[in-house]
Amino acid sequence: MSERYHYYHYLCIGCPLGCRLEVEAEAADIVEVRGFACQHGEEFAIQEHTDPRRVVTTTVRIKGGVWPRLPVKTDGVIPKDKVVPLCRALHALSISAPIKLGEPILSDALETGIDVVATRDLPRA
Amino acid sequence: MISIAPRHLHQQYDVVVVGAGPAGMAAALGAREGGAEQVLIIDREREAGGILPQCIHAGFGLHHFKEELTGPEYAQRFLEQVLTRDIDLLTDAYVLDISLDGQLKVMSPRCGVTLLDSRAVVLAMGARERTRGAIRIPGQRPAGVMTAGFAQKLVNMAGYLPGKRIAILGSGDIGLIMARRLVLEGAEVMGVFEIMPHANGLNRNIVQCLHDFGTPLQLSTTVTYVHGFSRLEKVTVAPVDAHFNVLADQSRDVPCDTLLLSIGLIPENELSRQLQLRLDPVTGGPLVTSAMKTSRDGVFACGNVVHIHDLADFVSQESLLAGRSAGAYASGHQSPPDNIRLVPGENVRYCVPHTISSYGEHTVYLRVTRSLGACTLRLGTVYQKPLRYAFPGEMVTLKVKPRLLEHFHGEALKIDILPRQGGEG
Repeated sequence: MSERYHYYHYLCIGCPLGCRLEVEAEAADIVEVRGFACQHGEEFAIQEHTDPRRVVTTTVRIKGGVWPRLPVKTDGVIPKDKVVPLCRALHALSISAPIKLGEPILSDALETGIDVVATRDLPRA
Repeated sequence: MISIAPRHLHQQYDVVVVGAGPAGMAAALGAREGGAEQVLIIDREREAGGILPQCIHAGFGLHHFKEELTGPEYAQRFLEQVLTRDIDLLTDAYVLDISLDGQLKVMSPRCGVTLLDSRAVVLAMGARERTRGAIRIPGQRPAGVMTAGFAQKLVNMAGYLPGKRIAILGSGDIGLIMARRLVLEGAEVMGVFEIMPHANGLNRNIVQCLHDFGTPLQLSTTVTYVHGFSRLEKVTVAPVDAHFNVLADQSRDVPCDTLLLSIGLIPENELSRQLQLRLDPVTGGPLVTSAMKTSRDGVFACGNVVHIHDLADFVSQESLLAGRSAGAYASGHQSPPDNIRLVPGENVRYCVPHTISSYGEHTVYLRVTRSLGACTLRLGTVYQKPLRYAFPGEMVTLKVKPRLLEHFHGEALKIDILPRQGGEG
Protein backbone atom coordinates (compact mmCIF):
# COMPACT_ATOMS: atom_id res chain seq x y z
CA MET A 1 0.00 0.00 0.00
CA SER A 2 1.38 3.35 -1.01
CA GLU A 3 2.48 5.81 1.67
CA ARG A 4 0.94 8.83 -0.01
CA TYR A 5 -2.67 7.81 0.53
CA HIS A 6 -4.52 9.08 3.56
CA TYR A 7 -7.64 7.87 5.35
CA TYR A 8 -10.52 10.29 5.93
CA HIS A 9 -13.55 9.47 8.06
CA TYR A 10 -17.16 10.57 7.64
CA LEU A 11 -20.41 9.71 9.42
CA CYS A 12 -23.17 8.90 6.94
CA ILE A 13 -26.31 11.03 7.43
CA GLY A 14 -28.59 8.98 5.18
CA CYS A 15 -30.36 7.03 7.93
CA PRO A 16 -30.07 6.15 11.64
CA LEU A 17 -27.59 3.35 10.90
CA GLY A 18 -24.95 6.08 10.72
CA CYS A 19 -22.34 4.13 8.77
CA ARG A 20 -18.73 5.04 9.60
CA LEU A 21 -17.39 5.82 6.16
CA GLU A 22 -13.71 5.66 5.33
CA VAL A 23 -12.29 7.37 2.25
CA GLU A 24 -8.82 6.41 1.14
CA ALA A 25 -7.46 9.23 -0.97
CA GLU A 26 -4.72 11.60 -1.84
CA ALA A 27 -6.40 15.01 -1.53
CA ALA A 28 -9.41 14.87 -3.90
CA ASP A 29 -8.12 11.76 -5.68
CA ILE A 30 -10.22 8.96 -4.17
CA VAL A 31 -8.87 5.42 -4.29
CA GLU A 32 -11.57 3.61 -2.33
CA VAL A 33 -14.62 4.21 -0.13
CA ARG A 34 -15.37 1.68 2.60
CA GLY A 35 -17.90 1.16 5.38
CA PHE A 36 -21.16 1.94 3.59
CA ALA A 37 -24.21 -0.32 3.83
CA CYS A 38 -25.90 1.14 0.75
CA GLN A 39 -25.27 3.24 -2.34
CA HIS A 40 -26.27 6.50 -0.59
CA GLY A 41 -23.35 6.05 1.80
CA GLU A 42 -20.80 5.79 -0.99
CA GLU A 43 -22.22 8.82 -2.81
CA PHE A 44 -22.34 10.82 0.41
CA ALA A 45 -18.70 10.00 1.23
CA ILE A 46 -17.54 11.11 -2.22
CA GLN A 47 -19.57 14.35 -2.06
CA GLU A 48 -18.38 15.16 1.48
CA HIS A 49 -14.79 14.45 0.58
CA THR A 50 -14.62 16.36 -2.68
CA ASP A 51 -17.17 19.19 -2.37
CA PRO A 52 -19.13 19.44 0.90
CA ARG A 53 -22.12 21.79 0.62
CA ARG A 54 -24.77 23.01 3.03
CA VAL A 55 -28.04 24.90 3.12
CA VAL A 56 -27.65 27.75 5.62
CA THR A 57 -30.53 28.84 7.84
CA THR A 58 -30.04 31.77 10.16
CA THR A 59 -31.69 35.05 11.16
CA VAL A 60 -31.14 38.72 10.32
CA ARG A 61 -31.97 41.83 12.30
CA ILE A 62 -35.24 43.48 11.28
CA LYS A 63 -36.71 46.80 12.36
CA GLY A 64 -40.36 47.56 12.99
CA GLY A 65 -41.63 43.98 12.77
CA VAL A 66 -43.67 41.84 15.15
CA TRP A 67 -40.37 40.12 16.01
CA PRO A 68 -36.85 41.65 15.97
CA ARG A 69 -35.37 38.72 13.98
CA LEU A 70 -36.30 37.45 10.53
CA PRO A 71 -35.54 33.80 9.67
CA VAL A 72 -33.75 33.35 6.32
CA LYS A 73 -32.21 30.54 4.26
CA THR A 74 -29.96 30.10 1.25
CA ASP A 75 -32.18 28.99 -1.63
CA GLY A 76 -29.66 26.26 -2.48
CA VAL A 77 -26.51 24.67 -1.08
CA ILE A 78 -23.27 26.64 -0.74
CA PRO A 79 -19.71 25.37 -0.10
CA LYS A 80 -19.30 24.40 3.54
CA ASP A 81 -16.37 26.76 4.10
CA LYS A 82 -18.63 29.72 3.20
CA VAL A 83 -21.21 28.99 5.91
CA VAL A 84 -19.55 31.00 8.69
CA PRO A 85 -18.46 33.91 6.43
CA LEU A 86 -22.03 34.14 5.11
CA CYS A 87 -23.47 34.35 8.62
CA ARG A 88 -20.95 37.09 9.45
CA ALA A 89 -22.04 39.02 6.35
CA LEU A 90 -25.70 38.63 7.30
CA HIS A 91 -25.00 39.98 10.79
CA ALA A 92 -24.08 43.30 9.21
CA LEU A 93 -27.47 43.62 7.48
CA SER A 94 -30.44 45.42 8.89
CA ILE A 95 -33.75 45.43 7.09
CA SER A 96 -37.21 46.80 7.78
CA ALA A 97 -40.61 45.15 8.10
CA PRO A 98 -42.85 44.24 6.37
CA ILE A 99 -41.23 41.30 4.60
CA LYS A 100 -42.89 38.51 2.62
CA LEU A 101 -41.89 34.84 2.57
CA GLY A 102 -39.45 34.21 -0.28
CA GLU A 103 -38.37 37.85 -0.58
CA PRO A 104 -34.62 38.07 -1.38
CA ILE A 105 -32.54 39.49 1.46
CA LEU A 106 -29.10 39.10 -0.16
CA SER A 107 -28.53 38.26 -3.84
CA ASP A 108 -25.61 36.17 -5.09
CA ALA A 109 -24.37 35.69 -1.53
CA LEU A 110 -20.53 35.71 -1.39
CA GLU A 111 -20.52 35.21 -5.18
CA THR A 112 -21.94 31.70 -4.86
CA GLY A 113 -24.82 32.44 -7.25
CA ILE A 114 -27.17 31.58 -4.39
CA ASP A 115 -29.68 34.02 -2.87
CA VAL A 116 -30.62 34.38 0.77
CA VAL A 117 -34.41 34.60 1.13
CA ALA A 118 -36.89 35.23 3.94
CA THR A 119 -38.63 32.10 5.25
CA ARG A 120 -41.73 33.80 6.67
CA ASP A 121 -43.97 36.82 6.37
CA LEU A 122 -42.98 39.36 8.98
CA PRO A 123 -45.66 42.07 9.24
CA ARG A 124 -45.21 45.44 10.92
CA ALA A 125 -45.80 45.47 14.66
CA MET B 1 -51.59 39.29 14.26
CA ILE B 2 -54.10 37.15 12.45
CA SER B 3 -56.76 36.38 15.01
CA ILE B 4 -60.53 36.61 15.09
CA ALA B 5 -61.97 39.57 16.98
CA PRO B 6 -63.72 38.27 20.11
CA ARG B 7 -67.06 39.82 19.03
CA HIS B 8 -67.05 37.57 15.97
CA LEU B 9 -66.73 34.39 18.00
CA HIS B 10 -69.69 32.03 17.72
CA GLN B 11 -71.42 30.68 20.81
CA GLN B 12 -71.56 27.20 19.35
CA TYR B 13 -68.93 25.43 17.24
CA ASP B 14 -68.94 22.08 15.51
CA VAL B 15 -65.27 21.49 16.34
CA VAL B 16 -62.93 23.43 18.63
CA VAL B 17 -59.23 22.60 18.36
CA VAL B 18 -56.99 23.41 21.32
CA GLY B 19 -53.55 24.45 20.01
CA ALA B 20 -52.51 26.00 16.67
CA GLY B 21 -49.25 24.13 16.11
CA PRO B 22 -48.74 21.59 13.33
CA ALA B 23 -51.26 19.26 15.03
CA GLY B 24 -53.98 21.86 15.61
CA MET B 25 -53.82 23.44 12.14
CA ALA B 26 -53.97 20.04 10.40
CA ALA B 27 -56.79 18.92 12.70
CA ALA B 28 -58.84 22.02 11.86
CA LEU B 29 -58.35 21.40 8.12
CA GLY B 30 -59.33 17.78 8.67
CA ALA B 31 -62.45 18.84 10.58
CA ARG B 32 -63.61 20.93 7.60
CA GLU B 33 -62.97 17.97 5.28
CA GLY B 34 -64.90 15.75 7.67
CA GLY B 35 -68.00 17.93 7.35
CA ALA B 36 -67.74 20.48 10.18
CA GLU B 37 -69.02 23.96 9.25
CA GLN B 38 -67.95 26.03 12.26
CA VAL B 39 -64.38 25.31 13.31
CA LEU B 40 -62.32 27.29 15.81
CA ILE B 41 -58.64 26.95 16.76
CA ILE B 42 -57.54 28.46 20.08
CA ASP B 43 -53.88 29.13 20.90
CA ARG B 44 -52.17 30.78 23.83
CA GLU B 45 -49.40 32.36 21.69
CA ARG B 46 -49.76 35.60 19.74
CA GLU B 47 -49.49 33.79 16.41
CA ALA B 48 -50.24 30.33 15.06
CA GLY B 49 -47.55 27.74 14.39
CA GLY B 50 -46.66 26.30 17.78
CA ILE B 51 -42.89 25.75 17.88
CA LEU B 52 -42.54 25.84 14.07
CA PRO B 53 -41.77 29.59 13.81
CA GLN B 54 -38.73 29.13 16.08
CA CYS B 55 -37.51 26.00 14.23
CA ILE B 56 -35.81 28.00 11.49
CA HIS B 57 -33.75 25.03 10.24
CA ALA B 58 -34.68 22.93 7.20
CA GLY B 59 -35.94 19.35 7.28
CA PHE B 60 -39.70 19.87 7.36
CA GLY B 61 -42.22 18.94 4.69
CA LEU B 62 -40.35 16.13 2.91
CA HIS B 63 -43.26 13.73 3.50
CA HIS B 64 -46.23 16.09 3.46
CA PHE B 65 -45.25 18.59 0.74
CA LYS B 66 -42.56 16.45 -0.99
CA GLU B 67 -40.05 19.29 -0.65
CA GLU B 68 -37.73 20.47 2.07
CA LEU B 69 -38.95 23.48 4.02
CA THR B 70 -37.93 25.33 7.16
CA GLY B 71 -40.24 25.36 10.19
CA PRO B 72 -41.61 28.87 9.54
CA GLU B 73 -42.35 27.99 5.89
CA TYR B 74 -44.13 24.78 6.93
CA ALA B 75 -46.23 26.74 9.44
CA GLN B 76 -47.10 29.44 6.94
CA ARG B 77 -48.28 26.93 4.32
CA PHE B 78 -50.67 25.41 6.83
CA LEU B 79 -51.82 28.78 8.13
CA GLU B 80 -52.63 29.96 4.60
CA GLN B 81 -54.81 26.87 4.11
CA VAL B 82 -56.50 27.44 7.47
CA LEU B 83 -57.34 31.03 6.56
CA THR B 84 -58.85 30.10 3.20
CA ARG B 85 -61.15 27.41 4.66
CA ASP B 86 -63.29 29.63 6.89
CA ILE B 87 -61.66 28.42 10.08
CA ASP B 88 -61.72 30.84 13.03
CA LEU B 89 -58.41 31.37 14.81
CA LEU B 90 -58.31 32.88 18.29
CA THR B 91 -54.76 33.57 19.49
CA ASP B 92 -53.47 34.96 22.77
CA ALA B 93 -56.17 32.89 24.49
CA TYR B 94 -55.98 30.07 26.98
CA VAL B 95 -58.38 27.16 27.45
CA LEU B 96 -58.79 26.97 31.23
CA ASP B 97 -61.22 24.12 31.39
CA ILE B 98 -63.34 21.78 29.27
CA SER B 99 -66.49 20.45 30.91
CA LEU B 100 -67.58 16.88 30.39
CA ASP B 101 -70.42 18.05 28.11
CA GLY B 102 -68.06 19.93 25.79
CA GLN B 103 -68.18 23.49 27.12
CA LEU B 104 -64.85 25.32 26.97
CA LYS B 105 -63.86 28.06 29.39
CA VAL B 106 -61.52 30.38 27.49
CA MET B 107 -59.51 33.26 28.94
CA SER B 108 -57.77 36.02 27.02
CA PRO B 109 -56.77 39.66 27.55
CA ARG B 110 -59.27 40.74 24.88
CA CYS B 111 -62.34 38.73 25.81
CA GLY B 112 -61.88 38.02 29.50
CA VAL B 113 -63.41 34.69 30.41
CA THR B 114 -65.76 33.34 27.74
CA LEU B 115 -67.76 30.13 27.52
CA LEU B 116 -68.00 28.32 24.19
CA ASP B 117 -69.94 25.19 23.29
CA SER B 118 -68.65 22.61 20.87
CA ARG B 119 -69.97 19.32 19.53
CA ALA B 120 -66.45 17.92 19.30
CA VAL B 121 -63.07 18.92 20.72
CA VAL B 122 -59.61 18.08 19.37
CA LEU B 123 -56.77 18.19 21.89
CA ALA B 124 -53.60 19.40 20.14
CA MET B 125 -51.66 21.10 22.94
CA GLY B 126 -48.31 19.57 22.04
CA ALA B 127 -45.59 18.96 24.58
CA ARG B 128 -43.36 20.85 26.95
CA GLU B 129 -39.67 20.39 27.60
CA ARG B 130 -38.26 18.51 30.55
CA THR B 131 -36.43 20.88 32.87
CA ARG B 132 -33.56 20.67 35.34
CA GLY B 133 -36.02 19.56 38.03
CA ALA B 134 -36.96 16.48 36.01
CA ILE B 135 -33.43 15.05 36.32
CA ARG B 136 -32.48 16.73 39.61
CA ILE B 137 -29.05 18.13 38.76
CA PRO B 138 -27.43 19.08 42.09
CA GLY B 139 -25.89 22.46 42.73
CA GLN B 140 -26.75 26.11 43.03
CA ARG B 141 -29.59 28.00 41.33
CA PRO B 142 -27.92 30.58 39.09
CA ALA B 143 -29.37 32.29 36.03
CA GLY B 144 -28.28 30.74 32.75
CA VAL B 145 -29.78 27.25 33.08
CA MET B 146 -32.60 26.81 30.56
CA THR B 147 -34.17 24.36 28.13
CA ALA B 148 -32.84 24.21 24.57
CA GLY B 149 -36.22 25.05 23.02
CA PHE B 150 -36.55 28.16 25.15
CA ALA B 151 -33.07 29.27 24.08
CA GLN B 152 -34.17 28.61 20.49
CA LYS B 153 -37.05 31.07 20.87
CA LEU B 154 -34.73 33.66 22.46
CA VAL B 155 -32.17 33.41 19.65
CA ASN B 156 -34.38 32.91 16.60
CA MET B 157 -37.37 35.12 17.43
CA ALA B 158 -36.75 37.43 20.37
CA GLY B 159 -33.21 38.33 19.29
CA TYR B 160 -31.36 37.56 22.52
CA LEU B 161 -28.17 35.54 22.81
CA PRO B 162 -28.60 33.56 26.05
CA GLY B 163 -24.86 33.54 26.80
CA LYS B 164 -21.33 33.55 25.40
CA ARG B 165 -20.02 30.19 26.58
CA ILE B 166 -22.53 27.38 26.32
CA ALA B 167 -22.63 23.81 27.63
CA ILE B 168 -25.41 21.52 26.39
CA LEU B 169 -26.75 18.53 28.31
CA GLY B 170 -28.50 15.94 26.15
CA SER B 171 -27.99 15.14 22.48
CA GLY B 172 -31.60 15.47 21.35
CA ASP B 173 -32.11 17.20 18.01
CA ILE B 174 -33.10 20.55 19.53
CA GLY B 175 -29.85 20.60 21.54
CA LEU B 176 -27.75 19.75 18.49
CA ILE B 177 -29.49 22.34 16.35
CA MET B 178 -28.98 24.96 19.06
CA ALA B 179 -25.26 24.08 19.21
CA ARG B 180 -25.01 25.16 15.57
CA ARG B 181 -27.24 28.22 15.98
CA LEU B 182 -25.18 29.52 18.90
CA VAL B 183 -21.88 29.04 17.04
CA LEU B 184 -23.28 30.84 13.99
CA GLU B 185 -24.53 33.69 16.23
CA GLY B 186 -21.09 34.12 17.77
CA ALA B 187 -21.15 32.11 21.01
CA GLU B 188 -18.69 29.40 21.97
CA VAL B 189 -20.13 25.92 22.54
CA MET B 190 -17.97 24.08 25.07
CA GLY B 191 -19.48 20.69 24.40
CA VAL B 192 -22.56 18.49 24.24
CA PHE B 193 -22.80 15.94 27.05
CA GLU B 194 -24.94 12.82 26.70
CA ILE B 195 -25.48 10.28 29.47
CA MET B 196 -26.31 7.47 27.03
CA PRO B 197 -23.52 5.65 25.16
CA HIS B 198 -25.11 6.82 21.86
CA ALA B 199 -26.34 10.16 20.54
CA ASN B 200 -30.09 10.76 20.60
CA GLY B 201 -30.34 13.10 17.63
CA LEU B 202 -30.26 12.35 13.91
CA ASN B 203 -26.87 11.59 12.35
CA ARG B 204 -27.53 14.45 9.98
CA ASN B 205 -27.54 16.81 12.96
CA ILE B 206 -24.45 15.22 14.56
CA VAL B 207 -22.56 15.89 11.32
CA GLN B 208 -23.98 19.28 10.31
CA CYS B 209 -24.40 20.82 13.77
CA LEU B 210 -21.37 19.42 15.67
CA HIS B 211 -18.71 17.98 13.32
CA ASP B 212 -18.93 20.94 10.92
CA PHE B 213 -17.86 23.29 13.71
CA GLY B 214 -15.59 20.98 15.71
CA THR B 215 -17.97 20.99 18.68
CA PRO B 216 -17.17 18.04 20.98
CA LEU B 217 -19.82 15.41 21.81
CA GLN B 218 -19.05 13.45 24.98
CA LEU B 219 -21.07 10.26 25.33
CA SER B 220 -21.65 8.39 28.63
CA THR B 221 -21.11 11.73 30.36
CA THR B 222 -23.44 13.87 32.43
CA VAL B 223 -23.54 17.13 34.36
CA THR B 224 -23.15 16.42 38.09
CA TYR B 225 -23.08 19.92 39.58
CA VAL B 226 -24.14 23.45 38.66
CA HIS B 227 -21.92 26.26 40.07
CA GLY B 228 -22.65 29.98 40.44
CA PHE B 229 -24.71 32.25 42.68
CA SER B 230 -26.08 34.96 40.42
CA ARG B 231 -24.95 33.74 37.00
CA LEU B 232 -23.79 30.26 35.99
CA GLU B 233 -19.98 30.07 36.27
CA LYS B 234 -19.22 26.45 35.47
CA VAL B 235 -20.65 22.93 35.47
CA THR B 236 -19.00 19.75 36.70
CA VAL B 237 -19.23 16.87 34.23
CA ALA B 238 -18.35 13.25 34.87
CA PRO B 239 -18.39 9.99 32.92
CA VAL B 240 -20.87 7.28 33.90
CA ASP B 241 -20.42 3.50 33.82
CA ALA B 242 -22.68 1.00 32.06
CA HIS B 243 -25.19 1.24 34.96
CA PHE B 244 -25.20 5.07 34.85
CA ASN B 245 -23.21 5.35 38.09
CA VAL B 246 -21.22 8.58 38.10
CA LEU B 247 -17.45 8.07 38.12
CA ALA B 248 -16.79 11.07 40.35
CA ASP B 249 -13.02 10.59 40.45
CA GLN B 250 -12.92 11.36 36.71
CA SER B 251 -15.03 14.52 36.94
CA ARG B 252 -13.88 17.86 35.58
CA ASP B 253 -15.16 21.42 35.47
CA VAL B 254 -16.36 23.09 32.28
CA PRO B 255 -16.42 26.90 32.42
CA CYS B 256 -19.65 28.27 30.93
CA ASP B 257 -22.26 30.96 31.52
CA THR B 258 -25.17 29.00 30.05
CA LEU B 259 -26.36 25.40 30.33
CA LEU B 260 -28.94 24.24 27.80
CA LEU B 261 -31.02 21.16 28.56
CA SER B 262 -32.13 18.96 25.67
CA ILE B 263 -33.42 16.06 27.69
CA GLY B 264 -36.79 15.20 26.22
CA LEU B 265 -40.40 16.32 25.93
CA ILE B 266 -43.47 15.60 28.02
CA PRO B 267 -46.96 15.55 26.41
CA GLU B 268 -49.01 18.41 27.79
CA ASN B 269 -52.13 16.73 29.16
CA GLU B 270 -53.63 18.93 31.88
CA LEU B 271 -56.87 19.23 29.89
CA SER B 272 -56.86 15.50 29.16
CA ARG B 273 -56.71 14.81 32.90
CA GLN B 274 -59.51 17.32 33.58
CA LEU B 275 -61.59 15.41 31.04
CA GLN B 276 -60.72 12.21 32.91
CA LEU B 277 -59.42 10.61 29.73
CA ARG B 278 -57.76 7.24 30.02
CA LEU B 279 -54.02 7.78 29.58
CA ASP B 280 -51.25 5.47 28.43
CA PRO B 281 -48.66 5.39 31.26
CA VAL B 282 -45.84 4.87 28.73
CA THR B 283 -46.57 7.72 26.30
CA GLY B 284 -48.12 10.02 28.94
CA GLY B 285 -50.87 10.78 26.42
CA PRO B 286 -54.49 9.62 25.97
CA LEU B 287 -55.43 6.17 24.72
CA VAL B 288 -56.70 6.63 21.16
CA THR B 289 -58.61 4.58 18.61
CA SER B 290 -57.69 4.31 14.93
CA ALA B 291 -59.89 7.42 14.43
CA MET B 292 -57.80 9.29 17.08
CA LYS B 293 -60.81 9.30 19.41
CA THR B 294 -60.03 9.28 23.13
CA SER B 295 -61.89 7.35 25.82
CA ARG B 296 -64.54 10.12 25.93
CA ASP B 297 -67.13 10.58 23.16
CA GLY B 298 -66.57 13.71 21.10
CA VAL B 299 -62.99 14.22 22.33
CA PHE B 300 -60.15 13.55 19.90
CA ALA B 301 -56.39 13.99 20.31
CA CYS B 302 -53.38 14.22 18.01
CA GLY B 303 -49.75 15.24 17.73
CA ASN B 304 -47.33 15.42 20.64
CA VAL B 305 -50.23 15.39 23.11
CA VAL B 306 -50.64 11.70 22.23
CA HIS B 307 -46.97 10.71 21.86
CA ILE B 308 -43.74 12.47 20.97
CA HIS B 309 -43.24 12.40 17.20
CA ASP B 310 -39.96 12.53 15.28
CA LEU B 311 -41.22 14.76 12.48
CA ALA B 312 -43.84 17.49 12.10
CA ASP B 313 -44.92 15.73 8.88
CA PHE B 314 -46.11 12.70 10.85
CA VAL B 315 -47.93 15.01 13.26
CA SER B 316 -49.77 16.57 10.31
CA GLN B 317 -50.82 13.19 8.90
CA GLU B 318 -52.10 11.94 12.24
CA SER B 319 -53.87 15.23 12.94
CA LEU B 320 -55.67 15.42 9.59
CA LEU B 321 -57.14 12.04 10.52
CA ALA B 322 -58.10 13.21 14.03
CA GLY B 323 -59.73 16.30 12.53
CA ARG B 324 -61.69 14.31 9.93
CA SER B 325 -63.01 12.05 12.69
CA ALA B 326 -64.01 15.05 14.82
CA GLY B 327 -65.70 16.71 11.84
CA ALA B 328 -67.61 13.54 11.03
CA TYR B 329 -68.64 13.11 14.68
CA ALA B 330 -69.89 16.72 14.84
CA SER B 331 -71.95 16.10 11.69
CA GLY B 332 -73.53 13.01 13.19
CA HIS B 333 -71.52 10.40 11.30
CA GLN B 334 -69.61 8.24 13.67
CA SER B 335 -67.41 5.43 12.45
CA PRO B 336 -68.11 2.05 14.05
CA PRO B 337 -65.86 1.23 17.00
CA ASP B 338 -62.56 -0.62 16.70
CA ASN B 339 -62.58 -4.33 17.41
CA ILE B 340 -58.88 -5.16 17.79
CA ARG B 341 -56.58 -4.08 20.61
CA LEU B 342 -52.88 -3.62 19.80
CA VAL B 343 -50.51 -4.91 22.46
CA PRO B 344 -46.84 -3.84 22.57
CA GLY B 345 -44.76 -7.04 22.74
CA GLU B 346 -41.07 -7.87 22.62
CA ASN B 347 -38.83 -4.78 22.26
CA VAL B 348 -41.85 -2.52 21.59
CA ARG B 349 -42.20 0.37 24.05
CA TYR B 350 -45.55 1.58 22.80
CA CYS B 351 -47.80 1.73 19.77
CA VAL B 352 -50.30 4.36 18.62
CA PRO B 353 -53.20 4.03 17.96
CA HIS B 354 -54.03 1.64 20.76
CA THR B 355 -56.85 -0.09 18.83
CA ILE B 356 -57.66 -0.72 15.15
CA SER B 357 -60.58 -2.14 13.19
CA SER B 358 -60.43 -5.18 10.92
CA TYR B 359 -61.79 -3.10 8.01
CA GLY B 360 -60.17 0.16 6.88
CA GLU B 361 -56.51 0.95 6.43
CA HIS B 362 -54.39 2.00 9.40
CA THR B 363 -51.01 3.56 10.03
CA VAL B 364 -49.56 2.36 13.33
CA TYR B 365 -46.58 4.14 14.90
CA LEU B 366 -44.26 2.14 17.15
CA ARG B 367 -41.24 2.91 19.22
CA VAL B 368 -38.70 0.24 20.20
CA THR B 369 -37.14 -0.07 23.66
CA ARG B 370 -33.56 -0.58 22.46
CA SER B 371 -31.35 -0.39 19.38
CA LEU B 372 -31.71 -3.32 17.03
CA GLY B 373 -29.89 -4.15 13.83
CA ALA B 374 -31.62 -6.26 11.20
CA CYS B 375 -34.90 -7.39 12.76
CA THR B 376 -38.41 -8.61 11.98
CA LEU B 377 -41.63 -6.83 12.85
CA ARG B 378 -44.45 -9.26 13.66
CA LEU B 379 -48.14 -8.40 13.92
CA GLY B 380 -49.54 -11.42 15.77
CA THR B 381 -49.45 -14.25 13.27
CA VAL B 382 -51.12 -12.31 10.45
CA TYR B 383 -48.18 -10.34 9.12
CA GLN B 384 -44.44 -9.87 9.34
CA LYS B 385 -41.90 -7.69 7.62
CA PRO B 386 -38.12 -7.37 7.79
CA LEU B 387 -36.57 -4.10 9.01
CA ARG B 388 -32.99 -3.09 8.25
CA TYR B 389 -32.75 -1.58 11.73
CA ALA B 390 -34.84 -0.18 14.57
CA PHE B 391 -33.68 2.59 16.91
CA PRO B 392 -35.50 4.15 19.88
CA GLY B 393 -34.95 7.58 18.30
CA GLU B 394 -36.85 6.72 15.12
CA MET B 395 -40.51 5.72 15.03
CA VAL B 396 -41.31 2.52 13.14
CA THR B 397 -44.31 2.84 10.84
CA LEU B 398 -46.58 -0.11 10.15
CA LYS B 399 -49.28 0.06 7.47
CA VAL B 400 -52.13 -2.35 8.18
CA LYS B 401 -54.29 -3.14 5.16
CA PRO B 402 -57.76 -4.70 5.52
CA ARG B 403 -56.83 -7.88 3.64
CA LEU B 404 -54.29 -8.72 6.38
CA LEU B 405 -57.10 -9.04 8.88
CA GLU B 406 -59.66 -10.81 6.63
CA HIS B 407 -59.26 -14.11 8.45
CA PHE B 408 -58.43 -12.74 11.90
CA HIS B 409 -61.24 -13.07 14.46
CA GLY B 410 -59.43 -12.41 17.75
CA GLU B 411 -59.67 -9.37 20.03
CA ALA B 412 -55.99 -8.48 20.36
CA LEU B 413 -52.84 -8.49 18.25
CA LYS B 414 -49.39 -8.45 19.80
CA ILE B 415 -46.65 -6.53 18.01
CA ASP B 416 -43.10 -7.84 18.42
CA ILE B 417 -39.86 -6.63 16.91
CA LEU B 418 -37.39 -9.51 17.04
CA PRO B 419 -33.70 -9.46 16.13
CA ARG B 420 -32.76 -11.63 13.16
CA GLN B 421 -29.73 -13.90 13.22
CA GLY B 422 -26.69 -11.66 13.59
CA GLY B 423 -28.97 -8.65 13.88
CA GLU B 424 -28.27 -7.77 17.53
CA GLY B 425 -27.20 -4.18 17.58
